Amino acid sequence: MLDTAIQLAYLAASVLFILGLKGLSHPDTARRGMLLAELGMLMAIVGTLLKHEIVRYEWIIAGIAIGGAIGAAISIWMPMTAVPQRTAISHMFGALAATLVGVAEYYRHAGAIPHVEMAALGFEVMFGSLTITGSFMAFGKLQEIVKGAPITYRLQNPINISLFFVTLGMFAYLIFQPANQHVFYAMVGLGLLIGVFIVMPIGGADMPVVISLLNSYAGLASSATGFVLGNNVLIIAGALDGASGFLLSVLMSRAMNRSFANVLFGAFGGGEQAAATLRAAGEKTVRPITAEDAAIQLAYARLVIVVPGYGMAVAQAQHQVAELAEMIEKRGGTVKYAIHPVAGRMPGHMNVLLAEANVPYDRLYDMEDINAEFENADVALVIGANDVVNPAARNDRASPIYGMPILDVDRAKSIIVLKRSMNPGFAGIENELFYHPKCSMLFGNAKDSLVKLIGEIKNV
Amino acid sequence: MSGISFIELYVFVLAAFVGYQVISRVPPLLHTPLMSATNAISGISLVGSLVLAGADYGTLATWLGFIAVTSSSLNVIGGFLITDRMLRMFKRSGSKR
Repeated sequence: MLDTAIQLAYLAASVLFILGLKGLSHPDTARRGMLLAELGMLMAIVGTLLKHEIVRYEWIIAGIAIGGAIGAAISIWMPMTAVPQRTAISHMFGALAATLVGVAEYYRHAGAIPHVEMAALGFEVMFGSLTITGSFMAFGKLQEIVKGAPITYRLQNPINISLFFVTLGMFAYLIFQPANQHVFYAMVGLGLLIGVFIVMPIGGADMPVVISLLNSYAGLASSATGFVLGNNVLIIAGALDGASGFLLSVLMSRAMNRSFANVLFGAFGGGEQAAATLRAAGEKTVRPITAEDAAIQLAYARLVIVVPGYGMAVAQAQHQVAELAEMIEKRGGTVKYAIHPVAGRMPGHMNVLLAEANVPYDRLYDMEDINAEFENADVALVIGANDVVNPAARNDRASPIYGMPILDVDRAKSIIVLKRSMNPGFAGIENELFYHPKCSMLFGNAKDSLVKLIGEIKNV
Repeated sequence: MSGISFIELYVFVLAAFVGYQVISRVPPLLHTPLMSATNAISGISLVGSLVLAGADYGTLATWLGFIAVTSSSLNVIGGFLITDRMLRMFKRSGSKR
């Protein structure tokens, strides 16, 4: 009787999770959808607490209280610019929970586990452990605890690939010999090592793909936990998370015109190639512009398209962007925002920051929707974006980003780029847009430049 | 530990399929909240952790369960809160600021 009630609670939770995600198909229904998902979570938790296996509650209460307090504190006080880091670290916690449950299951049965269950358990701890350290590395890079640029060394890929195959071999061996505890724990250890090695060579610009992939792995590890424990709601929720992460990583890779393999083993933005293009660019000149002149252009523009990038997030300049846009609109101009799928460090990063600055979401346009409008734009204002506006992606076959879909900023009537210096972007690729005859550069920290522009535009 | 049946494989495949369909309709605008929402939802590993922390499986299992409960409730509560904080910010033009 009680078991039936628990199963019904799980079934209801699964349905509510799917309805919750369905709500996210529109900003108007999203919050209601999340309420449904929260209700589902509550039902699943209450259902589980009714299980007869649970005899003590003190550790449960302590865990929920501590975890909940930390989670709530981070979510309430964290600045929006830190969302990518928070997401990366939460993948770590998700994978940690799944891995620990798997290790505990193995430990308490002392390895006496049927072959099929061992397959699920092995999958759970292998993907779980590499997600733990991989996500932690991603967190470290985003938080700038670890050097953000790719860390590479000789024979890196052969070493990583052989490590991966050794781990896979251990996994296969365990399915047939589940009782070999040494192999099991060695596999967990190697999984942790692989996570570090696989994220180490990946640069910041590739983070959207990496975060999405780790999201998918964390989901798959949860789902495998469901197989191990015979718990359908875990299988379903994990599958939803896995599918979401997978879809996002496909979308992100496509937006960079690269395959997963290329992201994981490519170590984008390595030394030699970038240095070569830099030298070639040395002879060209850029046109610096003063804030005063830029403000005049913006003040008299009918259509301004703002192209935000990671530089805007770093400078935390989203509020100044919104303020400038408001001033342009007061003078009768229109301001639209062009959002490249991989602008920033995670999917949708720019949208959240601009929404925080009260930019209405109907002003935020996806790449496909805005590209045709650049030719009508009087000014394209590029704020801390680099690779996503590099015309080399369209016309330079030798460029490492050739083929990547970009925002057609160079088709605008004039271009103003806000940039700290002429240092190349994260990918280390020279951007010929900056030498374009229509392009002028406003050097300085994005926030300071915007404050100057706001001040100047008042005097126009 | 219970035996794995084919039904569970069906459940997984169908859930992944439904998930893919539902999530492919989420606009890029909401991809960040989507990720934190699925993160919170996959905090459902709490369900497995709770049993581990509360059952009588030995001291080590209880400790591992406690850490797992802490991490997954961090994800559940933190994930849902940050998702809502983000979603609250998305406004249409003309709506009250």
